Amino acid sequence: MEAVKQETAPTARAIDIESMQRSDKLNMANEEICLKVNDFNLYYGDKQALHNINMSIAKNRVTAFIGPSGCGKSTLLRCFNRMNDLIDSVNIKGEMLLDDSDLNAPSVNVADLRRQVGMVFQKPNPFPKSIYENVAYGLRLQGVNDRATLDNVVEKSLKGAALWDEVKDRLHESAMGMSGGQQQRLVIARAIAIEPEVLLLDEPASALDPLSTLKIEELIYELKDKYTIVIVTHNMQQAARVSDYTAFMYMGELVEFGATDELFTNPSKKQTEDYITGRYG
Amino acid sequence: MSDKSFSHWVKSGSPWVWLNAGAVSICLVMVVGLLGLIAVRGLSHFWPADVVEVSYTEPGQKVEVIMGEMIDNELVPAARLKRVGVDLPEGQESAERILMKVGNRDQFGLDFRWVNGPWLAEPTYPEEIISIERREWGRFYGRLVSVKQQGKVVATGEGSYEELQKRLSRSNDLIGQIKHLEHGEIGQINHGIETIRLDRRRLELAGEMKGSMAYVELEESEKQFDTQYKELQAKLADLYAALNRDQMVVKMSDGREVEIPLAKVVLTHQPNKMGIVEKLGFYVHAVWEFVSGDPREANTEGGVFPAIFGTIMMVMIMAVLVTPFGVIAAVYLKEYASQGPIIRLIRIAVNNLAGVPSIVYGVFGLGFFVYFLGGNIDELFFQASLPAPTFGTPGLMWASITLAILTVPVVIVATEEGLSRIPRAIREGSLALGATKAETLWRTVLPMAAPAMMTGLILAVARAAGEVAPLMMVGVVKLAPALAVDNIAPYLHLDRQFMHLGFHIYDVGFQSPNVEAARPLVYATAFLLVMIIIVLNIAAIGIRNRLRENFKASEN
Repeated sequence: MEAVKQETAPTARAIDIESMQRSDKLNMANEEICLKVNDFNLYYGDKQALHNINMSIAKNRVTAFIGPSGCGKSTLLRCFNRMNDLIDSVNIKGEMLLDDSDLNAPSVNVADLRRQVGMVFQKPNPFPKSIYENVAYGLRLQGVNDRATLDNVVEKSLKGAALWDEVKDRLHESAMGMSGGQQQRLVIARAIAIEPEVLLLDEPASALDPLSTLKIEELIYELKDKYTIVIVTHNMQQAARVSDYTAFMYMGELVEFGATDELFTNPSKKQTEDYITGRYG
Repeated sequence: MSDKSFSHWVKSGSPWVWLNAGAVSICLVMVVGLLGLIAVRGLSHFWPADVVEVSYTEPGQKVEVIMGEMIDNELVPAARLKRVGVDLPEGQESAERILMKVGNRDQFGLDFRWVNGPWLAEPTYPEEIISIERREWGRFYGRLVSVKQQGKVVATGEGSYEELQKRLSRSNDLIGQIKHLEHGEIGQINHGIETIRLDRRRLELAGEMKGSMAYVELEESEKQFDTQYKELQAKLADLYAALNRDQMVVKMSDGREVEIPLAKVVLTHQPNKMGIVEKLGFYVHAVWEFVSGDPREANTEGGVFPAIFGTIMMVMIMAVLVTPFGVIAAVYLKEYASQGPIIRLIRIAVNNLAGVPSIVYGVFGLGFFVYFLGGNIDELFFQASLPAPTFGTPGLMWASITLAILTVPVVIVATEEGLSRIPRAIREGSLALGATKAETLWRTVLPMAAPAMMTGLILAVARAAGEVAPLMMVGVVKLAPALAVDNIAPYLHLDRQFMHLGFHIYDVGFQSPNVEAARPLVYATAFLLVMIIIVLNIAAIGIRNRLRENFKASEN
């Protein structure tokens, strides 16, 4: 417990200071847009879950979705790599552009799209295979079986996910024997092994202990140089710590979207203010 | 006070625990009792029991000497004995009746005999009595008089038993050679001649002119086979002549002397002379003979190896057929089909299929597989050998397929169960990495569901190995002339009929003319069948547990 405190405090402060320093620079108008959502609606059968969402997600930035449970933030996130295709009753209306092309167009190959838009889930879900095979899974799917290439990518990805030093001696042991935090970083390593453009994180730290959460947050901070990151979180401090932009959603609507510091220090909507000050949600 | 403590006792749940433990104990007692009974009854058959010699005096008859093994005894009430003319001393309520195995069926007519205890004198166990296991007519008990070679006495009295053993091992060697020749080389020649006959018939069917090149070639190779066959025939005749060289003369209990050719003798032993270690050695040898030998005497003597082989073979082929079939069906039902009323109906139908009486599958197998499919296969591919059927007759393949259909619902249900236990998170994790649904299935879901498939297979094997009724219609016979695997191409003969332990039990138990001799074999065979099922299951469970270890952590 003591160790957790000692490590958490300085690092968290470091991130805070840095995010304050760059706050004045952040402005959507200056950003390169990676994902664009236009008049997007989603229905589960008759029930509408997302109402008229319009937003842009900036390249190589961390965008956080916050809001109370059931507000549709995970649903929206899952639209970016069409995970909702798996649910039969889902219908969508509106446009969603990845690098200016509609990702719901009939010509889009879903598997290719998911290679560009990787995803990490709430609960760590490593495959019951070795650590090595977990990371190599995406590449093997693409038909890469060359040992040297795989070794190289596995090492790079595990280093990228800050896991290499912990597992380099037991790469061929089962991933099921790792701790929850390690498993979640393994899943991130697995996702970045196929070098996606965008990384979707669906409450990646909600099932983890504080120390593991901290490691994941540090990792997100490092990854944003290479990837556009969209993160759904329940934890507002986490959103404030790691994200550049924040979207507040409520009852399937996008209430407010803007630079994180702006939204947390000076929300323009009453609803947002109520939520972040803890009056409901 | 006691009322209160009773309700307290009820509330504590103890009665419930007692009830559960009681149910488990009853199950355990039943299983152990069942196995114990068949094990004791079956395995004791092979023990070399002492042979008694006893004089027996029926009232009003001459004294006779009985020689044999005491098999069983029962108590008979005095009233019943009185009716057959036995008067017991005053005050004695009942008397013993003893079942004796007297052997020598060719001489006495029956080899089992009930005798009344009161008429028996004191039994003796003379060491020189020999028990002879013959290839025909069962056991023979008597005293060795002499050993003969081509009718001339070569040994008598002291040392004649050793001489007999020497000559017996020679005759058994010769029999081994004859068997090897008949099954090996002569079998090959027969196969070759049969092939030529079929080739000729094929030429006829194709409308080839008589006297053409093809015919001449066939005739030439036939001539070759003929000369080879004649050579082997001469060799065989020599072996038989050598085999028939020796005889033994044995004196029976009633004083008559009988000459037995050594060619008809499997082995002899002197049970009354044997110590416990020798008896143990003999016992192990007898059990091994039972497990590895061929049956004799309408299955009431000898071993059951062909039946063991047939049972395992059939179960293996069934497993190979049923696993892919059931798994593919389950994957479609669970993963691809849209879960509507039709799929629900199909699922109910599949579950009900498991409850159809197995004999119905036998009827279906006979009508559809044997007559329809087999008949058509014969017409298409084996026209030359018609009207003798090749696949249009019951055989190993049809039996395996029929049992595969019988057990496929079990595999489907177990696999579906396993598929639905794979967490959604794992599937989504794979899909999110750019895998298609099929790739996710192949690389992740199916390997994880493998233990469940094995569970289905274990249940299927257990059911198939114990099934007899449908097999009687689609391939099992009382006595198969050859195993399904031999040294003649294509080595595995799926069209052959086979023997099966389950059917063997039925056949020996109910169709045998010699009930008393067959009874211990029924138990022994039943015990063997249970053992085989247990071994098959343990093997499958071992594989499943190894598979499961990989996935343990992801299942909770």
